[in-house]
Amino acid sequence: MTKETVQSEHLLQVQELKKYYPVRGGFFRRKVGDVKAVDNISLELKRGETFGLVGESGCGKSTAGRTIMRLFKPTGGKILFEGQDITELRGSGLRDLRRDIQMVFQDPYASLNPKMMVGSIVSEPMINYGMGSESKLKDEVMELLKRVGLPEDAYYKYPHEFSGGQRQRIGIARALALKPKLIIADEPVSALDVSVQSQVLNLLKELQEEFQLTLLFIAHDLSVVKHMSDRIGVMYLGNLVEVADGEDLYKDPKHPYTQALISAIPQPDPRNKSERVILSGDVPSPQNPPTGCPFHPRCPKVMPHCSEVKPQLKEVNRDHRAACLLYE
Amino acid sequence: MSSQDTLLEVKNLHTGFNIDGRVHHAVKDVSFSVKPKEVVCIVGESGCGKSVMSLSVMNLLPKHNGKIDKGEILFEGRDLAPLSEKEMNAIRGKDISMIFQEPMTALNPVLTIGYQLDEVLINHTTISKEEIRRKSVSLLKQVGISRADQIVNEYPHQLSGGMRQRVMIAIAIACQPKLLIADEPTTALDVTVQAQILELIGKIQEEVGMAVLLITHDLGVVAEMADRVVVMYAGQVVEETDVDRLFYEPKHPYTKALLESIPKMDEKRDVLNTIEGIVPSLKNMPEKGCRFVDRCPAAMDVCREMDPILGETDKGHAVRCFLYEESFPQSSDKRAEVQ
Repeated sequence: MTKETVQSEHLLQVQELKKYYPVRGGFFRRKVGDVKAVDNISLELKRGETFGLVGESGCGKSTAGRTIMRLFKPTGGKILFEGQDITELRGSGLRDLRRDIQMVFQDPYASLNPKMMVGSIVSEPMINYGMGSESKLKDEVMELLKRVGLPEDAYYKYPHEFSGGQRQRIGIARALALKPKLIIADEPVSALDVSVQSQVLNLLKELQEEFQLTLLFIAHDLSVVKHMSDRIGVMYLGNLVEVADGEDLYKDPKHPYTQALISAIPQPDPRNKSERVILSGDVPSPQNPPTGCPFHPRCPKVMPHCSEVKPQLKEVNRDHRAACLLYE
Repeated sequence: MSSQDTLLEVKNLHTGFNIDGRVHHAVKDVSFSVKPKEVVCIVGESGCGKSVMSLSVMNLLPKHNGKIDKGEILFEGRDLAPLSEKEMNAIRGKDISMIFQEPMTALNPVLTIGYQLDEVLINHTTISKEEIRRKSVSLLKQVGISRADQIVNEYPHQLSGGMRQRVMIAIAIACQPKLLIADEPTTALDVTVQAQILELIGKIQEEVGMAVLLITHDLGVVAEMADRVVVMYAGQVVEETDVDRLFYEPKHPYTKALLESIPKMDEKRDVLNTIEGIVPSLKNMPEKGCRFVDRCPAAMDVCREMDPILGETDKGHAVRCFLYEESFPQSSDKRAEVQ
């Protein structure tokens, strides 16, 4: 593949990305181990698509998102954005990158500065990148606030005057201010009530079309992720265990963990109480992950060699990859 | 209804909070009942009063500003609302138990699991000390904790969230209560662990033969667990019916909108239905009229002028909405006459 085709097709490529956190102990605070928050994940995002990253708490999905954003320095692997290696970027290079990658955070209460007016919050990134002064940008910011569904006088208000859903709209407006190419949305609706959640999900979908955005949508709720995403990656204990088209993943999940995850979601339909795959136990600690397949201690289809060989993500069907020894 | 076929009956409950010298009702005129061995789900979004309602039943409201102003909470025919702390303590943990949303904070971090389990048994039974510890261990086994003999000597921080919730359930069922109130028992848990806990609650409910009042915001959990469902909005019951009719013949516009606004796994929709606006806050409740009117797609003039009442449209299906004539106050008088 030549470099041009890479650029035109994939906006983001992540290759064998690792992020370990050191665990320190003892008198001299020496490093005694690693928490393998993200352990070797690879994925590609095509331009204009929504890629959903789903997993339970502690699976490393947020760390993955933030490492891709380069908020954290990766321990290993490569991140290519528009074909350019951004893994080692520093200083002004990194600053330019941030213009193209923006983030929407989970907690709309903690991610907005309570002492700043909404207008200043949204115009701040634009000012930072030299797009003009606050007064010059006012019309543009007003337009943006209107676009995300906030009333006109929102410009002069403070975050505490808004509800959770409206605050999340402010966060989205801020992320859009620089017209980024990629937005990483980390659990953008998990703090919201269902009736408000649907408003924000609809808004994100509309904006994505309008601004031609590529979206990395991180969430723990598989039904929300499926609603939003073209393709979905399922994470377990720092590893990507399955990647597939959303519809495919739901209809024909390959990895036993995905199967369990789907069957564990209570369906809002009392006439459709399907048989559950109930997993035993909890997610193991990422500091001390099981040998072999990370899922083998809880897997209902475990085989003897699962504890010895670590399965790699392999194509099982067309555009459907799974990391499981069942398909080796 | 006689007291034999209802275990808990909440009648016209009003619970108010004193904020800046004014009383605001977080629960206004809530009535419902729970039959023995029945699973009733209270569903609603944050701020709808579902937790305040459950705290009122347990008489656990914050003493300095929360108060039951009006109404009765009849448990086996006896009104719990005016009972003293001492009288309530004899009921709490024995006849009615409660499990909470946060398994992290509901257990005491400086006491062993065993101590906290023994405590309930010591308070409510007269069995010997050795017997109590044996019972505690067997309770832990009953809720699916494998190393029960060791866990009794461990502290809450040594357990995961799912395990702590299991311990909470073990404490709650220690005295075989007649009613278990579970306030968002799985909200803090991951979905695979949630499935374990819901299955456990269902299993225990059958074994112990208790009624469960399950409070949740998750309609998936409701469909899974409930026999009957009470939908709350802004401190009021807006609809009450059995689980099948709630999902297949919802009547109140709020219930309908709520059901349509959740993304479902088995269908593909581009746009989700939304409910415009937000739940009015406690201080900004409309003085009169329906509390959903500002967000309601079917709002009429009458909705702003009069308070709709919870009226039974079909047998076992009650709704609080002027789209149904049973919600006009006159018909309630008629109903009262008939009764």
